[in-house]
Amino acid sequence: MSVEPVLRTEDLHVWFDLVSGRELHAVQGVSLELRPGERLGLVGESGCGKTTTILALMGLLPSSASVAGKVFLDGEDILARGEETVSPHRWNDISMVFQGAMNAFNPVKTIGSQIVEPMELHGTASGKAARAQVRELLELVGISGDRADRYPHEFSGGMRQRAAIALALACEPKVLLADEPTTALDVMVQAQILELLVRLTRDLGLSMILVTHDLPVVAQVCDRAAVMYAGEIVEMGEMSAIYHEPRHPYTRMLFAATPDLLGGDDVLSIPGSPPRLDHDIVGCPFAPRCDSAFSPCATTHPRRLETSPGHEALCHLNDRLVAEASA
Amino acid sequence: MPQQRPTPLDLQSVEGPGAVALERAPGRKGLFATTLRGQPQAIIGLAVVILFILIAVFAPLIAPHSIHAKTGGIYEAPDSNHWLGTDDGGVDMFSLLVYGTRVSLEVGFAAALVAMVIGGAVGVISGFFGGWVDVVLMRITDIFLVIPDLPLIIVVAAVFGRHLINIIIIIGVIYWTSTARLIRAQVKSVRERVYVKRARSIGAGNNRLIFKHVVPQVAPLLIANTVLTIALAVFLETYITFLGLGDPSTISWGKLIENSFLGNAVLNNAWWAVVPPGVAVTIVILACTMVGQSMEDALNPRLRVGHLAVRRFRMRPLHGRLDSE
Amino acid sequence: MSDAAQTLLEVEGLVTRYPVPRGIVGAIARQEKLEVHAVEGVSFSVGPGEMVALVGESGCGKTSTAQTVARMVEHQAGSIRFRGREIGRLSSRALRPLRREIQMIYQDPYESLDPRFTVRDTVEEPLLVHGIGGKKRDRDTKVREALERAGLTPADLYIDRFPHELSGGQRQRVAIAASLVLDPKLLVADEPVSMLDVSVRAGILSLLDSLRKDGMGILMITHDLSTAAHFADRIAVMYLGRIVEEGPAKEVVRNPQHPYTRALISVVPKRDPREQTVPQILTGETPNPVHLPSGCRFHPRCPMVEDRCKTIDPELHRARESKVAEHRAACIVTAPG
Repeated sequence: MSVEPVLRTEDLHVWFDLVSGRELHAVQGVSLELRPGERLGLVGESGCGKTTTILALMGLLPSSASVAGKVFLDGEDILARGEETVSPHRWNDISMVFQGAMNAFNPVKTIGSQIVEPMELHGTASGKAARAQVRELLELVGISGDRADRYPHEFSGGMRQRAAIALALACEPKVLLADEPTTALDVMVQAQILELLVRLTRDLGLSMILVTHDLPVVAQVCDRAAVMYAGEIVEMGEMSAIYHEPRHPYTRMLFAATPDLLGGDDVLSIPGSPPRLDHDIVGCPFAPRCDSAFSPCATTHPRRLETSPGHEALCHLNDRLVAEASA
Repeated sequence: MPQQRPTPLDLQSVEGPGAVALERAPGRKGLFATTLRGQPQAIIGLAVVILFILIAVFAPLIAPHSIHAKTGGIYEAPDSNHWLGTDDGGVDMFSLLVYGTRVSLEVGFAAALVAMVIGGAVGVISGFFGGWVDVVLMRITDIFLVIPDLPLIIVVAAVFGRHLINIIIIIGVIYWTSTARLIRAQVKSVRERVYVKRARSIGAGNNRLIFKHVVPQVAPLLIANTVLTIALAVFLETYITFLGLGDPSTISWGKLIENSFLGNAVLNNAWWAVVPPGVAVTIVILACTMVGQSMEDALNPRLRVGHLAVRRFRMRPLHGRLDSE
Repeated sequence: MSDAAQTLLEVEGLVTRYPVPRGIVGAIARQEKLEVHAVEGVSFSVGPGEMVALVGESGCGKTSTAQTVARMVEHQAGSIRFRGREIGRLSSRALRPLRREIQMIYQDPYESLDPRFTVRDTVEEPLLVHGIGGKKRDRDTKVREALERAGLTPADLYIDRFPHELSGGQRQRVAIAASLVLDPKLLVADEPVSMLDVSVRAGILSLLDSLRKDGMGILMITHDLSTAAHFADRIAVMYLGRIVEEGPAKEVVRNPQHPYTRALISVVPKRDPREQTVPQILTGETPNPVHLPSGCRFHPRCPMVEDRCKTIDPELHRARESKVAEHRAACIVTAPG
């Protein structure tokens, strides 16, 4: 019984104009779904396009960017007319915790006044009611409501990250996009923040996309994951399926490159580095670094194939699998 | 060893090409290239400055008349023979203007150089060593900052005479302080960079750290600042000379303006004796400022605020994708 | 087999404190002179061919320890012995030859290299500083050897490049090559891979591992327990300036004896989504190292705290449930000693 996704993208592309006159094809045909109350992990290394993807979901791209494709929020295409159709939804329906958000607070304003700001801007609350809501929000994220009148420098790093989450929840959105929310934090504080995010999705019915390069974090916290490489989603599916039956060599090699605390396997690096995205790529973008590349990989771009229900990958190795399954 | 440098695609051995290396190249040529690219004002400014330098260098070839001989009437209006008329001595204004370029630019460049050398040295020493050296040098800088320019110039003119070299030095002395402060701040920040610390941990001495690591890093800023100082120096020279404190044996734009006032040009409606030198000064200052500002912008991308403008990404239709259905 | 001369590095009772600046107002108001107790009595050793990992969260003192050992920062008490010789109080001039033997690798590969130096310049610099390799040709050979030893083969491809033309991993290898060119005996690596992509980290860590196999001693500072567990021979867990647990890496990670270590390990996410342990999340955050708690530093957050923990400052002893003698913890409950 499938539930309607709260957020769905269809063939999303983003290009950036470069000084050289060329274009950087940062996001190449991303199609993903986010179900209500779900935590979806968007994983990849630097330059893979994951941050650009979620910025595109909110229309937070600069004038050098051009976007194609559709983004459906509760069935409505919010990118239909660009900025015009996206801005009413910003913060009200879909909001974001940015990378390094804990350092992005205005140091001369109290935390409380900064959380009230979006409420007043979007007209969701004002005055006393807004301030009361701010205190509630702070309590919700684990900060004592009295601290609303304190300044950012009086908060520790972990607390500021919580405040950043409270800020993102100010207008009660349906979807929360979290970009590397725990990257700069100690492992214990990371655990606290991740626990908070899990609690919020459970108790508030919030849906979340968690962007990170840290695979174990995704393994611990997310229901489903999408692995990105060179602007594309190369594999997407349930968390345990991704780990136990990876259908793309990059996913498998990425796990193999991550040391596990108790595991004894050798840790292997992936030779080479990602392709430049300002040139057209022929064949599979991962082929030069892949340990399983074979004849079609250099010439034909793989097709998106569903190898089992809910589990898809972009790899020629699956061509045979799917063909056999349907035979 | 012949060959051309291998292109990035060759770096396959351990890791492939530097991924999305779209960073600005900080190499030696980098500053000028980055400055000029995408900043038309820098190109215009540079062109104008070069034009004036050429005028100064080739003055004897460009000036139609001698500036030492009376070639026309007093305050003759501009005509085909005298493009900018004549001054109160019957000398061709245009030729005067052309020759005046020499001294004005000479003083401007030389004084800026003096400011650069003193300011740069003080800034580097102060910023690098810190401690009491920094305190002492900064207090000296403050003293120089506080001394009022005009009385200082008058005193120097009175005591040391109104020679060109004195003017150059005094202008340099007036302007080195802001350079020193700027460089000191930059040096303090460079000193904390990891590669400097790493060099120190290898055992590099102060000399090497300063000359090989710190100075090259602050040099572009110093040059940008010096270009801006040239503008200021040209102006100050004009100002000094106009007040009668300049070297009487040289012709500069300031001298021309001074002469025009002494010769009552305004009363004689001889605008051509007053306006052109002023315009020339303005153009040169503007040009230097344009180049200097562009260089500073190129050096510090954070100064640019264009990205803060309202985000207006563009939507575009999907072109037919070839493969994935 | 391990006499003092064999051990490369021996640190005992190291204490490093930084003054907290008061400013003029503070001085006039006679505010007490506060100090950051960065390192408060740390002792450990590193032998040749051994990788020791100092692990902990921010503020635990691991970086300060590394910088003190590399003599970049002054310490207030304790001894640092390198190959049997006390180096803690040597003047900068006397230290110079030592700087060949102890080299430091920094966290940020994007900042470790002078952007105006070519790879050759960077790797050659240590040779010039120490006056090694008289002819240019000799230096060139050494530079190439160091580059290849650091995995940048063929050296020709990299030697004339500028840092901005290289990826993070390549830059880090250049920094490592610049350290190797002097043939050091001890490497101090401060978070050598934390700023690199995951797929690249293993390569650098394997490089360090192979250097270790060649006989180099490596002191690695990291906040990543998983990395330490995989690559280090021994782990020392630090908290608020002290080592609270130490022992063979796999032992410490599989059988942690200090409550802090146990909490840390329970909280580290595992790769396998099905194998996530129930995290034992400690409340609050590490207190700042200016005002230290009394008794055991960890007691305010300890899930096993007893009354006597507030007054007794524990020392490292073999824990009751340790499987080897070298596995020690500083806890009066689990390692009464």
